[in-house]
Amino acid sequence: MDKWMKFLEVNAPRIFDLAIEHTILVGLAILVALMIGVPLGIYLTTNDYLAETVLQIASVMLTIPSIALFGIMIPVFSIVNQGIGFVPAFVALVLYSQLPIIRNTYTAIKNVSPEMRDAAKGLGMKTSQRLLRVEIPNAFPIIMAGIRTAVVLNIGIGVIAAYIGAGGLGVLITQGISRGDNYLIISGSIAVAILAMIADGILLFIQKRYTPKSIAN
Amino acid sequence: MNKKKIMSRIVSILVYALVAVFFIWAISNSYFDYIFSESGTFLHLLKQHLQLVLVSSLLAVVVALPVGILVTRRSFRRAEWIVSNTVNLGQTIPSLAVLALMISILGIGFKTAVFALFIYSLLPMYRNTVAGIDSIDENLIDAARGMGMKPIQILFRIELPNASYSILAGIRTAVVLNIGTAALAYVVGGGGLGVWIFTGIQLFDNGYLISGAIPVTLLAIFVDYLLRLLERKIVPKGSKPPQET
Amino acid sequence: MITFDQTTKTYEGGVTAVNGVDFTVDKGNIVVLLGPSGCGKTTLLRMVNRLETISDGSITIDGEDSMSLDQIALRRKIGYVIQSNGLFPNMTIEENVMIVPDLLGWKKKEKRERFNKLMEMIGLSGEKFGKRYPHELSGGQQQRIGVIRALAADPPVMLMDEPFGALDPIIREKIQDEFLQIQREVKKTILFVSHDIDEAIKMADKIVLLRGGEVMQYDTPSEMLVRPKNEFVREFFGKDRAIKSLSLHTIKDLQEVIGLVNVDETIEDTITIHIRHDLRNTLSMLLNQEADQVIVVDDDDHRLGAITIDLVQKYLHFEIKAKPTLVQKG
Repeated sequence: MDKWMKFLEVNAPRIFDLAIEHTILVGLAILVALMIGVPLGIYLTTNDYLAETVLQIASVMLTIPSIALFGIMIPVFSIVNQGIGFVPAFVALVLYSQLPIIRNTYTAIKNVSPEMRDAAKGLGMKTSQRLLRVEIPNAFPIIMAGIRTAVVLNIGIGVIAAYIGAGGLGVLITQGISRGDNYLIISGSIAVAILAMIADGILLFIQKRYTPKSIAN
Repeated sequence: MNKKKIMSRIVSILVYALVAVFFIWAISNSYFDYIFSESGTFLHLLKQHLQLVLVSSLLAVVVALPVGILVTRRSFRRAEWIVSNTVNLGQTIPSLAVLALMISILGIGFKTAVFALFIYSLLPMYRNTVAGIDSIDENLIDAARGMGMKPIQILFRIELPNASYSILAGIRTAVVLNIGTAALAYVVGGGGLGVWIFTGIQLFDNGYLISGAIPVTLLAIFVDYLLRLLERKIVPKGSKPPQET
Repeated sequence: MITFDQTTKTYEGGVTAVNGVDFTVDKGNIVVLLGPSGCGKTTLLRMVNRLETISDGSITIDGEDSMSLDQIALRRKIGYVIQSNGLFPNMTIEENVMIVPDLLGWKKKEKRERFNKLMEMIGLSGEKFGKRYPHELSGGQQQRIGVIRALAADPPVMLMDEPFGALDPIIREKIQDEFLQIQREVKKTILFVSHDIDEAIKMADKIVLLRGGEVMQYDTPSEMLVRPKNEFVREFFGKDRAIKSLSLHTIKDLQEVIGLVNVDETIEDTITIHIRHDLRNTLSMLLNQEADQVIVVDDDDHRLGAITIDLVQKYLHFEIKAKPTLVQKG
């Protein structure tokens, strides 16, 4: 325990900085993923053929192992001199987030009952009004669940990104491995686990808070 | 063909084209050459990789399924909460950390990697086994009991067949995940194709990167496809698969 | 034959679900357990095949105390049908129906023959449906499969827990008729849970009316309608008991007592009805169709005469006169 106190005394600020770095990487990737995935998911509800194709591509994407994807991205991005660091990690995380976000948006909007949609039409709502006032609010909890999956997934994959120089909490673990320092490995792992739980907790709170009461179950 | 179909066709052609362009680019830069010039090493690493995945996955199946079945028995229902939460907590620990922590316990080498991969595969298999069995309609079990089926008959004739979709999906998820995680086995000296990926990263050698990463990727996609085929064969036709998640 | 002797079920928390129940189901009879929800009817049923334990008293099946028998062997000798049909989705229709014979180790050929025979009973082709899966069948078909599955190994006793409760009224009616037809043939000893008064009157040789785990009255349907033992029974069957009692009588009964009228040939487009149809249905047919007459036919579609609302009313009066207790609150 003493040793831990000493370790934390020295390393706490650094762990904190790395956690911030990790959060920024994952946070930005999720934001961009949302800007692509949610509109795409909504659009796909109007074209089932395209939906099948896109979901298939996204699901194959998710089976690509993270370290292999990084390995492929380094040569590709070194064409534009960004082979190592933030950019390939960021792009990989955006790609990985697509499946859960697109799929959940798509299924959630699809599952809004036809009666409800008809009722909205009958009330004279325009397509955009229907989307914003009826379909998205009713689909919200499922879309949020997709976002949560993506966030937790990305926090984990972000650890591997340390190997390609993207920083974040993975740095503690990779350093711990190369130095044979268990304190670094354990503190890094626990920090990642806590970060994942906090992020999931916050998103769950938002999900519950903004889910219309009548459909919360 | 209507407009919607054409659009979907265009998108898939674009994706194929992108993949083709990548391969042409990689081949023209001779990034795949190591696979042929060092084919001995490549085959050795591939074999190691497969061994890592196979041994750890088999062990995980042998442990996770019986535990999942056990905690869904009436008399063990209370244990389910504890087991499930422990396993869930375990999953938030990054795979890299699981590997790294094993070094301090088991040292460096193949066994360490296998053990870490085994631990990491338990969750998806266990969770899907429990979820699959739990999702079976209580009435079915009631009907089975009422007709005089023994608990063991209920398990093998009703519960497992109807949970098989979920259980097999759990195994597939775990195995595919495992193929990727096995690429990290390099860091604990476990070998596998990760060796070339990491060498590539350290040496900035695109050839090693691509020669390591592409086979791992193809392996994952191929095994995923194979296991899906297997699922389609094994799962009884009448036990409708639930929606993919 | 099933005998309940002071049968009691008390749960751990001290709640008594079934309290000192005494009655006997005669061989080949259908006894309906009827009552409001929470009256203990399902619990009582499930005690017979020991899905629920017996806290006190006993249940005897064909002279043997059920507690003295092996639980598994006991259940295999008792057919069991539940509301949500309980068909196993992973098995084909044939596998589902033949599950108990399979457990009992019947030979392949025996099973196939039995299956085809059972399917014939419910008017479905064994050939056509055998290899299908439950989800490919309609709700009504599934429920019929559930019934013949319980009959598969020819058990002397059957337990049916609201077997037709989930079906829509028209199909329910049809399947009830079909089941009664089958029962005339197989003559099982049946305990049948229902919360539907009409169903109980129609299906039962005798009804056990339960409240709070206790038997309020055990009688034939007509006795229960005509001579309710207490206020609860009277209220349970409601004010239209007289109308309800009509479903206990067929056109044939009416014909024997007061006879039919001649068919009025001037009315076109009249519908026909079989002579064994019950009077309550006949009445609602007359009222709903706004027809002045319905032509009564026998098995060979031979016209026997016609029935009118007047006629039914006359018969009801005759009944009321014959059974004075009905007048009081009719």
